[in-house]
Amino acid sequence: MNGRDPVDRREEEAGRIWNPGAETLPREELRALQLERLRATVERVSQVPFYREHFRRQDLGAHSIRTLDDLRRLPFTTKEDLRRHQPLGFLAVPRHEVARIHGSSGTTGTPTFVAYTAQDLRTWSELCARFLVAGGLRPHHTAQVAFGYGLFTGGFGLHYGIERVGAAVIPAAAGNTRRQLDIMRELDPEVLICTPSYALTIADGARELGIEPRSLPIRYGHFGGEPWSEDMRREIESELNILAFNNYGLSEVFGPGVSGECPARNGMHIQEDHFIVECLDPETLEPVPEGEPGELVITNLSREAMPLLRYRTRDIARLDRTPCACGRTTTRMSRVTGRTDDMLIIRGVNVFPSQIEEALLRVEGATPHYLIEIDRPGTLDEVHVKVEMHPEIFSDRMDRMQTLCERISREIQTVAGIRAHVDLVEPRSIERSVGKAKRVLDKRGLHRDDDA
Amino acid sequence: MKLQQLSLFLENRPGRLGAPLEAIAAGGINILTLSLADTAQFGILRLIVRDWEKAKRILEEAGWIVNLTEVVAVDLLDRPGGLAAALKILEGANLNIEYMYAFSLRRDDKAILIFRFEDPDRAVQVLLDHGLEVVDADELMRHVPE
Repeated sequence: MNGRDPVDRREEEAGRIWNPGAETLPREELRALQLERLRATVERVSQVPFYREHFRRQDLGAHSIRTLDDLRRLPFTTKEDLRRHQPLGFLAVPRHEVARIHGSSGTTGTPTFVAYTAQDLRTWSELCARFLVAGGLRPHHTAQVAFGYGLFTGGFGLHYGIERVGAAVIPAAAGNTRRQLDIMRELDPEVLICTPSYALTIADGARELGIEPRSLPIRYGHFGGEPWSEDMRREIESELNILAFNNYGLSEVFGPGVSGECPARNGMHIQEDHFIVECLDPETLEPVPEGEPGELVITNLSREAMPLLRYRTRDIARLDRTPCACGRTTTRMSRVTGRTDDMLIIRGVNVFPSQIEEALLRVEGATPHYLIEIDRPGTLDEVHVKVEMHPEIFSDRMDRMQTLCERISREIQTVAGIRAHVDLVEPRSIERSVGKAKRVLDKRGLHRDDDA
Repeated sequence: MKLQQLSLFLENRPGRLGAPLEAIAAGGINILTLSLADTAQFGILRLIVRDWEKAKRILEEAGWIVNLTEVVAVDLLDRPGGLAAALKILEGANLNIEYMYAFSLRRDDKAILIFRFEDPDRAVQVLLDHGLEVVDADELMRHVPE
């Protein structure tokens, strides 16, 4: 069905622009559009109690936004703010206008819900269509989506983006690598959509079945949902003989579609007609010098159901405002190189070390001394939680000790939603550090800032 | 009629077994018998020593977690079926054996086995009622070298 194009021709093919009017808008016009949309957004969020109260105290309103610099007068929004106003306390439209509800991966056991109007869903599809086309998707293609479909925004977001482009979508959903490979070989999709680590799992799975991964029909991959590195991109590309594209987004501000790569693959183009992305020093909350790493702070410009002002993503990245060879006029962001908090992404699930601690506290007598070790021995993340032994939980009976490990593991699954191996270790064997305890040893090497 | 057994938590990696043994050896304590239960990650070392109080103190001061458990030493005929007969008695009395191991000492035609029961007192009674010989600590110590 499709011949194996040389990669250079594929890059040429990838270099199309879905919406040239928006994506190559001259900077001046883009800024004017941003200002207009920011005013409208401020007007809209005046309905939201959280913002209304802030505006009242500071005597702010749409009238206060005279230039884009006035953005800095607006309040920040944090994950905690969203949580405190759950469910749907940030809704800026009447409930009956809500067309869909998604949720962020539950970081504290309860997902943070996000709402969309019918128009929001159209906007979101447009955002996804843009980065998909920038990364090779064409209307005659077929794309296999191996993302989870559910509250998670990855599956549905990409699904509707593909349909928007006019391509065919196979909603294979996450997991069952054997079946993914069967589908791929029967239906010849040109595009694969999943997490980067799952792309490698598919390659491994193929090899196990005696299939040469490079012979699979896919030619482009769009990967997101978890941090990955340039090394990993090179591995995926050579294993599967594809071009791999990175994209970025988070459910709080829409989902995937905030930014995505063009064929230059030198940063992800931020869809600035729909988002203003600031890069701030997380301590001072002042802008970092041009090109320096800082926390991404995102303001929605076009969202109806739940527009957020200055949402603190906690993701660390750099911004690049220099022009790109692809012709898009938008600012680019580097891949995410870290977090301002201690959140971990393990097999696509957001996990905080405090959740592991909470799980341990639920097991009577378990110590607060623990270390989370994350590694990626093959293609999937593996978590070991080392727990120090102490007299109250030690038994001379092996069955009791094994039951203890199982109980801790079960609690971690319940609280954090991940499967972890529990390793009991000798007392005082976990390094005590001065000040903040070191709780995490991430051996995956994902956070190297290596695409500069 | 019961013995005090010390149990230690050890990680299952090279060198971990030697350290506590060296510590008690330095204290002049001889190990009468021991057993080791292990998984891929960790092990439980169980020790019978003459001066368990001193051994416990030494190990705890060196940072080990030590558990004290009462176990029962039983004299069994050292011939085919000797152990099977004892197990039959225990089974008949619904006594569950958590684990057991052999004592490194043999006297005359008898072998000594160490049993860990959930309810050691009842186990001792059942064993005595059935004419088996339960060895108490003092008696055991008389038979082992200083």
